[in-house]
Amino acid sequence: MTVYAAPGQPGAIAEYRPRYDHWIGGEYVPPSSGQYFENPSPVNGQPFTEVARGNAADIEAALDAAHGAAPAWGRTSATERANILNKIADRMEAHLEEIAVAETWENGKPVRETLAADIPLAIDHFRYFAGAIRAQEGSISEIDEDTVAYHFHEPLGVVGQIIPWNFPILMATWKLAPALAAGNAVVLKPAEQTPASILFLVDIIGDLLPPGVLNVVNGFGVEAGKPLASSPRIRKIAFTGETTTGRLIMQYASQNIIPVTLELGGKSPNIFFSDVAAQRDDFYDKALEGFTMFALNQGEVCTCPSRALIQADIYDQFLGDALERTKAVTQGNPLDTDTMIGAQASNDQLEKILSYIDIGKAEGATVLTGGHRAEMEGDLAGGYYVTPTVFEGKNSMRIFQEEIFGPVVSVTQFGDFDDAMKIANDTLYGLGAGVWSRQGDVAYRAGRTIEAGRVWTNCYHAYPAAAAFGGYKGSGVGRENHKMMLDHYQQTKNLLVSYSGTKLGFF
Amino acid sequence: MTDDTISRVAVTDAAAGLLARLRRQHGELMFHQSGGCCDGSSPMCYPDGDLLLGDADVHLGDLDLQDETEDRPGAPRDEFTVPVWMSRAQFEYWKHTHLTIDVVPGRGSGFSVEAPEGVRFLIRSRLLTDEEWERSADAR
Repeated sequence: MTVYAAPGQPGAIAEYRPRYDHWIGGEYVPPSSGQYFENPSPVNGQPFTEVARGNAADIEAALDAAHGAAPAWGRTSATERANILNKIADRMEAHLEEIAVAETWENGKPVRETLAADIPLAIDHFRYFAGAIRAQEGSISEIDEDTVAYHFHEPLGVVGQIIPWNFPILMATWKLAPALAAGNAVVLKPAEQTPASILFLVDIIGDLLPPGVLNVVNGFGVEAGKPLASSPRIRKIAFTGETTTGRLIMQYASQNIIPVTLELGGKSPNIFFSDVAAQRDDFYDKALEGFTMFALNQGEVCTCPSRALIQADIYDQFLGDALERTKAVTQGNPLDTDTMIGAQASNDQLEKILSYIDIGKAEGATVLTGGHRAEMEGDLAGGYYVTPTVFEGKNSMRIFQEEIFGPVVSVTQFGDFDDAMKIANDTLYGLGAGVWSRQGDVAYRAGRTIEAGRVWTNCYHAYPAAAAFGGYKGSGVGRENHKMMLDHYQQTKNLLVSYSGTKLGFF
Repeated sequence: MTDDTISRVAVTDAAAGLLARLRRQHGELMFHQSGGCCDGSSPMCYPDGDLLLGDADVHLGDLDLQDETEDRPGAPRDEFTVPVWMSRAQFEYWKHTHLTIDVVPGRGSGFSVEAPEGVRFLIRSRLLTDEEWERSADAR
């Protein structure tokens, strides 16, 4: 067990600056308004740094820098860009522990997750896209003996990216790595709940990129995000967040006729078929862990397995064991490596979760465990903690239909395969799902029937590069985490070339 | 428009006061209830007309509010209306509940206009009463 010292405390391995300006054109630039906003840690509710409050003028300055850098960056060889991405990965690896502590302090998630998942995955992601861009090839079509169509991948130019707060560095990396690999310059707007950890990372890797290739402007959505998303000076916008903002972003994009990629969340079913409980073995143990994955990252994951569907004949027994597993989740100081669940990322997030617990009870769902704010002591008393909560109810209830984005799972039972599929697909969303069965055919058929972009089969919450991630239905547009994301950051140049010396004869 | 006679939305005094202040800054306002992750499952407040609405949306009702205009003593109360919308598909799962828009200290809200004030609109829900449900168009 290790307890890391908090940034700002003696012995801390990660220190935030007292203030962060915008990162524009390879240097820190003060906000044009001169205004900053306080950035509290959800661990204790106390501000630990202040961050530039960006506006439309700051976005314009960042776009100027990006447009200045994009042409030369877009002409670099794939080798050159891949080498830079690999250097970014190496530099992050050398500073992994401090980046992990910094992200935990800003987001509230347990440091064991940032150490073992967020940051290692981000590092690997840069390496994956370094490899993918090196291996990418254009194509040739031989139209006839004298005519050839060449297809080249060309970057879009300057792109905008709006990043969520639940995995501040990993989600930024999911968008940055393919965009940079493809040769685009980026203006990135972090979430206002987690504006500083990405700049903590920029302090470590910023010198590796030519000035202006990566620009970071912080601020509130309405003041900084909107001018970026609606700017006619971007050639693409990528957004992870929720549905109404996703619609607004598509609306702005339609006005500028640019492509969008959207990742908008879900209400993922996690389905446990009878045979899971056929034996009390390692697989059964793994399935119980799979159930408890709703508490990972405090439930603040777009793919949180927030609906558990358990087959009727094992329902009581499996749920009993799952409750026991849930009660064993250790909640505490996120900087303690033994802590399994930390703090919700913000006060309003906490309030929203509690309001959903209220409506769940009002609709007649039963709280089987948790169901309240976790009152912490000492330094953590001001933080935003919720006890892992298991509800039992019906799929028509709002707690089964809406993304709570907290450590709350709603459990129901199903009779047979068709019943399971009906419940699983009775949702507006289709981002993730989990299927647990010892029978390959059952798991396969379930996976193919569920309307979701990612079906974890006998596993959950793994996010390796090379496994495409994105939504069906209301969950968005596009596939991240895979080389196919390069297509979303490139356009195709076709040279249609005639090698014939004779005219067609039309004129 | 929901074709019923019951009230589906309300607003707390704190949220009403904030809306009056935001209106002075941004002009007329609208709400659209969001779904999905991160800042989702929350009401988004925009300058009226910012989000294009269509057949995919349901008008839940209007918040009828007054700006007390403290800075102009004796001036008549300025009455205004904030419409509340939701996507039709989402409404199917929400139609048995009554929504009250509240406000809490917080941070982050997509492009919703209250965020720079250090606060966040929040939905508090209750079930429709049996009597309300009987009168609602959805029960028919």
